[in-house]
Amino acid sequence: MSGNLPNRRLIQGNEAIVEGALAAGCRFFAGYPITPASEISEILSARMPEVGGTFIQMEDEIASMGAIIGASLAGTKSMTATSGPGFSLMQENLGFACIAEVPCVVVNVMRGGPSTGLPTSPAQGDVMQARWGTHGDHPIIVLAVSTVLDSFEITVRAFNLSEKYRVPVIILSDEVVAHTRETVSLPAWEDLEVTDRISPDTPPEWYVPYEGSSSGVPDMAAFGKGYRYHVTGLVHDVRGFPTQRPEEIEAFTSRLFRKISQGFHEIQKVETVFMEDAETAVIAYGSVARSAHRAVIMGRSQGLRVGLLKLVTLFPFPRRLVEPVLHQCKAVLVPEMNMGQISREVNRVNSSACRVIKHNRFDGQLITPEELMPRIEKMTS
Amino acid sequence: MAKEVTKLVHEYLRHDKKFPHVWCPGCGNGIVLGALIRAIDRLGLEKDEIVLASGIGCSGRMPVYADFNTLHTTHGRCLTFATGVKLANPALTVITVMGDGDATAIGGNHFIHAARRNLDLTAIIINNQIYGMTGGQFSPTTPYGSHASTARYGHIEHAFSISELAVTAGASFVARATVYHATLIEDMIKKSIENGGFGVVEVISNCHTEYGRRNNMADPVTMLQWMKEHAVTVEKAGKMSPEELAGKFTVGVLADVKKPVYTEEYEKIRKRAGAPKAGERA
Repeated sequence: MSGNLPNRRLIQGNEAIVEGALAAGCRFFAGYPITPASEISEILSARMPEVGGTFIQMEDEIASMGAIIGASLAGTKSMTATSGPGFSLMQENLGFACIAEVPCVVVNVMRGGPSTGLPTSPAQGDVMQARWGTHGDHPIIVLAVSTVLDSFEITVRAFNLSEKYRVPVIILSDEVVAHTRETVSLPAWEDLEVTDRISPDTPPEWYVPYEGSSSGVPDMAAFGKGYRYHVTGLVHDVRGFPTQRPEEIEAFTSRLFRKISQGFHEIQKVETVFMEDAETAVIAYGSVARSAHRAVIMGRSQGLRVGLLKLVTLFPFPRRLVEPVLHQCKAVLVPEMNMGQISREVNRVNSSACRVIKHNRFDGQLITPEELMPRIEKMTS
Repeated sequence: MAKEVTKLVHEYLRHDKKFPHVWCPGCGNGIVLGALIRAIDRLGLEKDEIVLASGIGCSGRMPVYADFNTLHTTHGRCLTFATGVKLANPALTVITVMGDGDATAIGGNHFIHAARRNLDLTAIIINNQIYGMTGGQFSPTTPYGSHASTARYGHIEHAFSISELAVTAGASFVARATVYHATLIEDMIKKSIENGGFGVVEVISNCHTEYGRRNNMADPVTMLQWMKEHAVTVEKAGKMSPEELAGKFTVGVLADVKKPVYTEEYEKIRKRAGAPKAGERA
């Protein structure tokens, strides 16, 4: 970022997601109107044609998800954005993107649910759906944003991971982050690290579309580039043709998971505040991490040795980064705007004597620093 | 002719895909695939430029055998995937093949909106009036009073007319043929691609295994005979009375109009938004 901050702007989280996507090279967006995600569509309908990309409003979220997969297969980085009800509709084709290994980014600006739920109040009820929403065993990456700057940077990161690992990446935002305006300095596009999928450089007759290298990620040819191959939602062999052979099915599914597990160090990301000498910690993500950050600062001003572990990657759950915190602390507080979803994951990986304390709010209101303070004080005493 | 067919088979079917195919002996799907390949050959299109996309069902298995960029999507959704492919690379010729259940039940919403949107796609709909792959359940085109594995007492719902639905929804090109009229299918696919807008080619086909068997037409020849006897050309139908047309259906071109095409319209939007020219785009 330059000294005179030429890109200093007052924008909301949804707009930052748009700018992040464009900066990452996204040139196709398909969506369907839904609050609190609609600004992403609205702004992109203006921005996409400016950069030579394509915006289309589809007939529903099922179609939006299908369209971004199609565009990605034709070689264009693609995204859609929605909220809970639309995210439910996307699960079907999201599974297709997982099995056919089609890079794409899906933004879910969470609101209260289930069903039509609470339009439009903040919530974090779709965390487990983001991980397990589509049927069958599948790898997926889920990232959470908690600030406007996050919304930009993590969207770039979402595209990079999606392209590199050929896997759909879900960005979980929420109504608070989406509609909060903050002044941010967005980096120039040329200063960003942008990852593109690897296209095959072999002659077409040597191309084996689903073989996968040592990384487990196969090179990806765009439709129309001379590599005529088959893409299917059926379990397939290395040629892309449907298979029922147990040894081919096993190898295929294993590779899908291996390509992600080999990338844990790169994919899994957390941020820490005051964790060096912390005896207790708050583990939070999304807009709740903002309140938690504030609460931790307030706690420190009272002399409490409390820290913050902010989860950026929710899935694959960053076990190797959470476990040390659980060993370090005598107690952790996991505040969430749901009945307790990430707290289950924290409990799952907890093999120490650390107490895992839930703090849940599901009344459509943001968790405040003030309501976290008594919990932190009690946990620390 | 035989030599010509062999040449086309070698040129357009995948040599590395394990045959035999999944379709029943006598299935009409092979006739449609043959017509599609002949139409593409006559148009002189490059295989690399063609994307053949399908949904789920017996028809959904067609792309795997054809040597194009092929895409076997989810049930009812192939037009949505095709929309993304076409918009991302308008130079590609995108053809979708769907069944009647695929296109007009689970995919009905996508079908009417694709027709309304008028993107340059050709949708071939193989209408065998039944869900064949799953075992003969009734579909949106199963005739009133006929029998299906989920209509044991006779079907009490009324059938969609797919082509008429497509016309109403705004498709630029709409035609109907049957697998009895094999060369007509070929002509209609060719015309549809040439139209340049959203085209629908409905092909009445035979599922003697799951539909015919339950409706006194248990073999493909009987079903093709039925098509021959009940199909009336659009031209001839214009001269017939409603009484004479009762129980018949039309074949031929039902709509062939020129309308603004989505990709061309969108290119205008890009110009208005000040986008860099196609070749300069990042």
